[in-house]
Amino acid sequence: MVEKINLTCLGCPMGCPLQLSIVDGEIREVTGYECKRGEAYAKQEYTDPRRMVSTTVSCPTGLWPRLPVKTVDPVPKDRVPAVVQTLHTLEVKAPIRMGQIILENVAGTGVTVIATRSLPEMPEAD
Amino acid sequence: MYDVIIIGGGIVGCALARELSRYRIRVALLEREVEVGFGTSKTNSGIIHAGHHAHPDTLKGQLEWIGNQMWDDLARDLNFGFSRIGELLLAMQAEDLNHLEELKKQGERKGVTGLEMWSPKRLRQEEPNLSHDILQALHAPTAGVVNPYEACFGLIECAQQNGVELFCGQPVLSITREDGGLLIHTSRQQFRGRFILNAAGVFADQVAAMVGADDFKILPRKGEEYMLDRRLQGIVTRLIFPTPTVSSKGVLIIPTVDGTIMVGPTAEDVNDREDLSTTFSGADKVFTAVRRYCPAISERDTITEFAGLRAVADSNDFVIGPSPIKGFFNVAGIQSPGLTAAPAIATYVAKMLRGEGLALDEKTDWQAKIEGPPRFALMSAEERRAAISRDPAFGRVVCRCELVTEAEVLYAIKHGARTLDGIKFRVRAGMGRCQGGFCTSRVLDLLSSTLGVPLTELTKRGRGSELFYPRDDRIAPGDGL
Amino acid sequence: MKSPLQKTYDVVVVGGGPAGLAAALGAGEAGAEDILIVDRETEAGGILNQCIHSGFGLHHFKEELTGPEYAERFIQSVLSRQVTILTDSYVMNIAPDLHIEVISGDYGHLEVQAKSVVLAMGCRERTRGAIRTPGFRPAGVMTAGLAQKMVNMKGLLPGRRIAILGSGDIGLIMARRLMLEGCEVVGVYELMPFSNGLTRNLVQCLDDFAIPLRLSTTVAFIHGRDRVQRLTMAPVDDQLMPILNQSWQVACDTLLLSIGLIPENELSTRLRLKMDPATGGPQVTSTLETSLPGVFACGNVLHVHDLVDFVTEEALRAGRFAAEVAQGRRRPGDNISLQTGENIASCVPHSLSPDREQVVYLRVKRPLKDCVLTIGDRYEKVFRMLIPSEMIRLTLGPEILDRYFGEHLKIEVHPGEVA
Repeated sequence: MVEKINLTCLGCPMGCPLQLSIVDGEIREVTGYECKRGEAYAKQEYTDPRRMVSTTVSCPTGLWPRLPVKTVDPVPKDRVPAVVQTLHTLEVKAPIRMGQIILENVAGTGVTVIATRSLPEMPEAD
Repeated sequence: MYDVIIIGGGIVGCALARELSRYRIRVALLEREVEVGFGTSKTNSGIIHAGHHAHPDTLKGQLEWIGNQMWDDLARDLNFGFSRIGELLLAMQAEDLNHLEELKKQGERKGVTGLEMWSPKRLRQEEPNLSHDILQALHAPTAGVVNPYEACFGLIECAQQNGVELFCGQPVLSITREDGGLLIHTSRQQFRGRFILNAAGVFADQVAAMVGADDFKILPRKGEEYMLDRRLQGIVTRLIFPTPTVSSKGVLIIPTVDGTIMVGPTAEDVNDREDLSTTFSGADKVFTAVRRYCPAISERDTITEFAGLRAVADSNDFVIGPSPIKGFFNVAGIQSPGLTAAPAIATYVAKMLRGEGLALDEKTDWQAKIEGPPRFALMSAEERRAAISRDPAFGRVVCRCELVTEAEVLYAIKHGARTLDGIKFRVRAGMGRCQGGFCTSRVLDLLSSTLGVPLTELTKRGRGSELFYPRDDRIAPGDGL
Repeated sequence: MKSPLQKTYDVVVVGGGPAGLAAALGAGEAGAEDILIVDRETEAGGILNQCIHSGFGLHHFKEELTGPEYAERFIQSVLSRQVTILTDSYVMNIAPDLHIEVISGDYGHLEVQAKSVVLAMGCRERTRGAIRTPGFRPAGVMTAGLAQKMVNMKGLLPGRRIAILGSGDIGLIMARRLMLEGCEVVGVYELMPFSNGLTRNLVQCLDDFAIPLRLSTTVAFIHGRDRVQRLTMAPVDDQLMPILNQSWQVACDTLLLSIGLIPENELSTRLRLKMDPATGGPQVTSTLETSLPGVFACGNVLHVHDLVDFVTEEALRAGRFAAEVAQGRRRPGDNISLQTGENIASCVPHSLSPDREQVVYLRVKRPLKDCVLTIGDRYEKVFRMLIPSEMIRLTLGPEILDRYFGEHLKIEVHPGEVA
């Protein structure tokens, strides 16, 4: 039984439509690409698709109430919801420096989450 | 017990409120929306008609010209923009010429001054961007433009300053008769009044029906308007009217008091009193009509569009006067030229109340003028410097398209603005090219901090129109993955 | 409070977003001593502060950063150069002699004299009015950028069930963002027969979340008096007009608009700069100088970019040239005008000089496959694929132009086949 999977190559703006033939969970053939980046992309995306995650965490004392954060490395695509949900239940305290570690091993992925901006405290109202 | 309760805070209700605030009586105004002027008045074309349009045998015809002459004082006292830019009524075909002559005579009979026929040559000199196919035009220098909502805000501020009590967000649900007066039940409280003035606009027949005084029907007539980009500023300098038909004055080109160009309105009878939608066919009618007399105007220049409902009575005239129910007066069916006539309607009604036995003794301390909102955009360089040194909030620009400062937004909130639209119509923040893309967040912050209301409870124009929702971090993120 | 400003600056930069920051940096590198950035927001960085996704900086920093990181790195290097950043301040007027009036939240009315000015005001989003959508005017219709600010900086949601009109990158990014925030994105609808977003965003923002993208589709009517209740959607014909008898209903409480960006040129218009209707920005020379000597323009106020890295590169150059003029040094004037020909929507700059390497940015009008781009008879390059949403950047060495004696060069693209 051959399973067909369609992907769009992100190797360049061409966006070649790739078709993967899968047999027993293994890639048998990749077609549709116009350069060799297409094949490599297809293999990575099929065997271990990963995504960078950026979202915000709560920072009630900050100049803004949300602090933007990101994973320093991509996480497995199917773990993205878990990563985001973990971060959305987090609360941090200002001041924050850009690059500061917010959470290590987020949702068991082994990936670290850092702040993507510095966030001073909200100044006291006059 | 109030001496007078006005139902409806549109231009008519607000004019009534200010007029009655001259006298030593207790007056309340009940408005169903969250702010005054949020119904028909907000979507009105803003034209102070020259005075010659309506027939002198009709009530609207009589009050039109009287009202017209009251706007200079009103604008000066209440510090809102009013400009007598004049109007041109165009004859596009031979049969229009007679009509123009008749209107000129009708105007002259009413005492309207300055009416003059313009030849195509004169027209081309004065308004070079109009079509060269126009046969003749009737010029009426007495026509002007205002922002109707600004007039409402000014009138009510003055009325409140002189003791009128304003209750917004209180739709009237029922009215019962009592000894010596009437009892009004709103969604929140009860009001007792000796006299009730029903100025409920498109809902006036429904309110009248609450006491069985509905010997008239309101037939809402929708009008769609299209606001054009400032690129077209100055393309015409006067109000441009085609020769009118029975049901409508036609599609106009309106140089608003702010200098932008607006085109419209359509005239479409509708059943739904909440139908404020614009339509493809409406736009098509407007632009097809307008391009006949001003070919340079294009639909592409639309920056925003809106629709309003005219409160047309089945008699096709104003319905003003006492009803069979003692103490209950209708001030209804105020269709065009209702805005123009509004101040005259107010004095007409006051006289009528006096005739019905209400003692109207003038207050000695009545204040005709209000301070009025500051307008940074209109200040000179020196005035701006002085304003900023007086109040640093003038140094913080909130809306850059219309150059509106924080000080103006705070003034608006102090004087009753509760919603994003309330701010927009008072100070113009969000009315410009970006339509609120940049200033919305700042305006909401100011409303939230000044009123002590969370951002998620702020609305566009009252309950049900909340702008932003709170986060809910219990909800799992999208699992399409 | 006492004014923090000097009377005179070598270079005054209007706008503290990515373009303004890079222009100030470029001016500093070229030897300008006194540099002022005026920004109307409470912090510099512009729109980058709300673009919390990654994808910025691959060209400039050689690593993939998020918007706030990109902004903060620039702010740090600008501040280390003693550039003054005046935030919460608004340029009221620039006189032709470059006397500038500013009003500031903290310092009130201020005046400075500039030797040169860099315009870097960025752009704004097209709104509902620009596309003439009939219907009601309820809450819940807003631009994608406003929603982005509210979600990412204030932690508020634009709604719960969301439709997006326009497949520009901000719309695509917001589709993913809102899915991650627990909202439901019912679909992205695009008027044109092709998407205006980067392929990567189509895949990672839509496909990943199974959000449908419907091309050649528009909103034909917005329902709901107070808050959006549903939309009438319709396919469009070749003239992009809705085919109403094929319409269908979409239930949602929010309509986000991602229908294009417009350079914010109110100041430029007041300065009576010569404008280019194709870009919506001023016409500029190869040194990015506008028709008013001493006034330069860069970034999205000049023409809408899709990569911040290109904004940075352009702005660094604008800053350098502005600094040179402020110091009394002028490059030779341009002597070749650049014209857009077949399939070219726009190009910047509008003229060239043969004395140095030139950078030209351009956009095609429609997607083109296997095509040849030519500049007069001086330059020819083959492209596998050109699409309107991805700006083309060319560098032309002096050798291409130095023995060219014509006055005009026309840029054209000749397609192999239409994609």
